[in-house]
Amino acid sequence: MSEHGTTHDEVSRAATGTLPQRFDDPGLPPHVPRQADHDESAAKRAERQVAVMFGLSIVSTVAFLVAYFAVDQRSTVFFPGIGSTNAYHLVLGVTLALSLLMIGLGAVHWAKTLMPDHEVVEERHPLRSSDEDREHAVATILDGGDAAQLPRRNMIKYSLGGALGLFSLPLVLQVAGSLGPTNVSELAETLWDIPTEGKHAGKPIRLMRDPQNTPIKAEEVAIGSVFHVLPESLDWHKEENVEAGRAEWKGVLDEKAKAAVILVRLDPKDFVSTKARDWGYQGIVAYSKICTHVGCPVGLYEQKTHNLLCPCHQSTFDVTRDCEVVFGPAKRALPQLKITVDADGYLVAPEGFKEPVGPSYWER
Amino acid sequence: MSTAAAPRGAAPRGAAALRTDDPAVRPEPTGTVKKLGGLAGWVDDRTGVAKGAGHMLKKVFPDHWSFMLGEIAMYSMIICLLTGVFLTFWFVPSMGEVPYDGSYIPLQGVQMSEAYKTTLDISFDIRGGLLIRQIHHWAALMFVVAVMVHMFRVFFTGAFRKPREINWVIGTVLSLLSIVEGFAGYSLPDDLLSGTGIRAAEGFMQSIPIVGSYVAYFLFGGPFPGEAIIPRFYTAHVLIIPAILIGLFTAHLLLVMVHKHTQYPGPGRTNSNVVGFPLMPVYMAKAGGFFFIVFGAIALVSALFTINPIWAYGPYDPSPVTAGSQPDWYMLFADGGLRLLPGWLEIPIFKWTLSLNVAIGALLLIPVMYTLIGIYPFLEAWVTGDKREHHLLDRPRNAPVRTALGAAFIAEYFVLAMAGVNDILAIKFHLAINSITRALQLLFFVLPVIVFWVTKRLCLSLQRADRNLVLHGRETGNIYRSADGEFTEIHEPLDPYRRWTLVQHEVGTPLALGSTKDANGVESPLSKKARRRARWSQFYFRDSVAPVTPAELAAAHHHGEHDALPSAESATHVGPSEH
Ligand code: HEM
Ligand code: FES
Repeated sequence: MSEHGTTHDEVSRAATGTLPQRFDDPGLPPHVPRQADHDESAAKRAERQVAVMFGLSIVSTVAFLVAYFAVDQRSTVFFPGIGSTNAYHLVLGVTLALSLLMIGLGAVHWAKTLMPDHEVVEERHPLRSSDEDREHAVATILDGGDAAQLPRRNMIKYSLGGALGLFSLPLVLQVAGSLGPTNVSELAETLWDIPTEGKHAGKPIRLMRDPQNTPIKAEEVAIGSVFHVLPESLDWHKEENVEAGRAEWKGVLDEKAKAAVILVRLDPKDFVSTKARDWGYQGIVAYSKICTHVGCPVGLYEQKTHNLLCPCHQSTFDVTRDCEVVFGPAKRALPQLKITVDADGYLVAPEGFKEPVGPSYWER
Repeated sequence: MSTAAAPRGAAPRGAAALRTDDPAVRPEPTGTVKKLGGLAGWVDDRTGVAKGAGHMLKKVFPDHWSFMLGEIAMYSMIICLLTGVFLTFWFVPSMGEVPYDGSYIPLQGVQMSEAYKTTLDISFDIRGGLLIRQIHHWAALMFVVAVMVHMFRVFFTGAFRKPREINWVIGTVLSLLSIVEGFAGYSLPDDLLSGTGIRAAEGFMQSIPIVGSYVAYFLFGGPFPGEAIIPRFYTAHVLIIPAILIGLFTAHLLLVMVHKHTQYPGPGRTNSNVVGFPLMPVYMAKAGGFFFIVFGAIALVSALFTINPIWAYGPYDPSPVTAGSQPDWYMLFADGGLRLLPGWLEIPIFKWTLSLNVAIGALLLIPVMYTLIGIYPFLEAWVTGDKREHHLLDRPRNAPVRTALGAAFIAEYFVLAMAGVNDILAIKFHLAINSITRALQLLFFVLPVIVFWVTKRLCLSLQRADRNLVLHGRETGNIYRSADGEFTEIHEPLDPYRRWTLVQHEVGTPLALGSTKDANGVESPLSKKARRRARWSQFYFRDSVAPVTPAELAAAHHHGEHDALPSAESATHVGPSEH
């Protein structure tokens, strides 16, 4: 492509003689009057139309007020294209909408048909202040500084600088220091860790169905089936709450958010990782359900491929390979929970997770 | 100032001295002035507002549909503020648990947070509460869309150029805050879906190098989910962010007043005037009316289409699975970024873990994107070296590189947003999610380049089409057969008004590539910088198509009487090329 710059223009000007280099602005086009500008009956018609719209708004407002009291809050209606919906909500919404829309449409119609449509020209002025004004402003500031003896009083200058520089620290410290506790080592602990004291000390922890909260016998877990599991110790946590006079639910979600586990049974022959098989019981294996990406529950199990899928960003974990990531943005495998059965045949975890569950963090 | 400077003790003394500055008692006002009696007069006596008001009410605003986008944003924000205040009357931002005893039968007896319970109450037991909630949410979505599209308008027309750079930066911050505000609001009801969003947000914080776990503990007041996050989001959502939004938005409008609105080029519209309608009465009626139209339209949509039916999701619980969980649409691009980043970006460093696979998408993407947006006007001004004030908008085709950059940005945003729904795409189109993700990873790098190139070409051909139109006029559809049997279509020349719009723009010239050696023949660092700038300038201005000049038009007329029409392509080559 050629550069269409001055050279090009020069060439063409040379060819044609005196024509200017650019076209001239022809100025505003002539005004074309509307019908209502010269025809009084058209103007009257426009007036009527506007008044009808404002009138409809009034009617809709009244309808809203009546419906607010008169319509049953729980009645449903069928609305074509949308299906069965709450009649009360629908009537209130539609009447409110009409009451507003009609005011708006009326006003715009009024503006378009009856208000002057002559375009007005306003001049612009450069935004910049004049040089005198600028100098005056600078002088005022400098004079002010001089009057306060700022340039001469270095002690004041530096001590004020220091004071202003530091005064926000107490406020920052108050917020930053008090927002939250710093016991982040908790992130590595879960309710699967065997209590070392109290009445449950040293006891292996049963795997409980979520949400039925019943223990699971190994033979109840068919090959290919999936169980969502929480630790029996969640009950102990609730009991402690009650004993200590706290509400039973305190901290329960915090614990669930780390302790949720997913249980699947594979044919032991299907395992590629022997560690995965050995930490399980007759092909039953338990893994943390908290995604190692950013922590969503990994709860979708695909029987054919033995893959666990996270619904949030589709990280996919292969159970036969110790839940290594086979696809998606997660890096680390899901931590495995070692399981066995107790004397009554129920599945238990004899020890806690060997690594922190959930999303990665710096010092994990 | 003058009173303070007046020497004290000058005559006259006593009480009379206090009155010398008073205006003489004026005769009773007559005519129109008389109308400013009553309350308005009372106020003006004490404030003098009439002086400025008269001026303000005569202010001229140019009229164009695309100037209403900002208005939509403003009105939906006001609707959010209004309905949001209503919601605060019943919503209790507490994560303390209570059993549900309201009238929605499927959840009766279920243990849930008070935040979730009171949102159910607003939806089922407060008369009209559901309507307010729905209007609030729809207005929020409208707000974010309108802000974004408004931003595109400003970008593609070059309205961000001097003197409006400050307002562009303010707008960028407003846009960022709008999505943060939306995310905070969306999280408040503490339902299963939004709770999963908070769960992910906590994971994001943990990915901050070195201090991540502490940051998460600070903000959540301990482990996830704890009981602090909803009350804290609430403070952000109803107090901190709205306060900043209102402050910035006010500054934004004030600057629009100070700068006066830009206008599209056209006959009579110059860089030193504003052509349009006065605020009183036309704009008052149109803009005021438009507020009611936006409000009414949002109310209608809210009546007909349910958004965020939190009752269907259930209360938040970290263990149930939420398949197909999607954030509100404006967060899709960020979610998509997370889905595209490969896991190998998580790097172990000795015994520590650096989770770049999360941090890049969750912590860097939004700040980097908004920084780029915010500094664009300064980058462009540096490249073009243009320091003039601009009050006439560019037709997007007349700034091909800018338009192409904007289109490439939109393409990139689109790729990320598509990645945010990759699971839904997989189901809808029966494709493997792996292949969709791989394809999008590739498109992330390739699509913006393609879109840039295509858009730029498109702009250039549109410019050539403009030239053609000016040179040869509008096709009339009437075919004329000459004496020797040749067919020609009769072209009607453009009237000067239409023509002006197509020829008014100026074409920038790239900065010249000067010598890079200084007087002693040494490569100077300064000129290296100048060279870099010249290269960018080349990139920006290369290929530009100049508008038709009067001489060219005259030549074309002369030609047209004998020859067949030159094609659009050759039209740009009129006159000898310099190569
Ligand atoms: C201007 C921008 C605002 C945006 C974008 C916004 C957005 C949202 C969104 C998306 C929700 C979730 C609603 C749902 O579906 O349940 C929400 C909830 C809420 N918002 Fe806002 N909001 C804004 C301003 C405000 C203001 C100014 C207030 C109060 C003064 C407010 C008060 C609330 C309350 C109390 C809730 C929770 C109640 C509920 O969800 O039903 N919002 N907001
Ligand atoms: S949280 Fe599981 S993939 Fe992101």
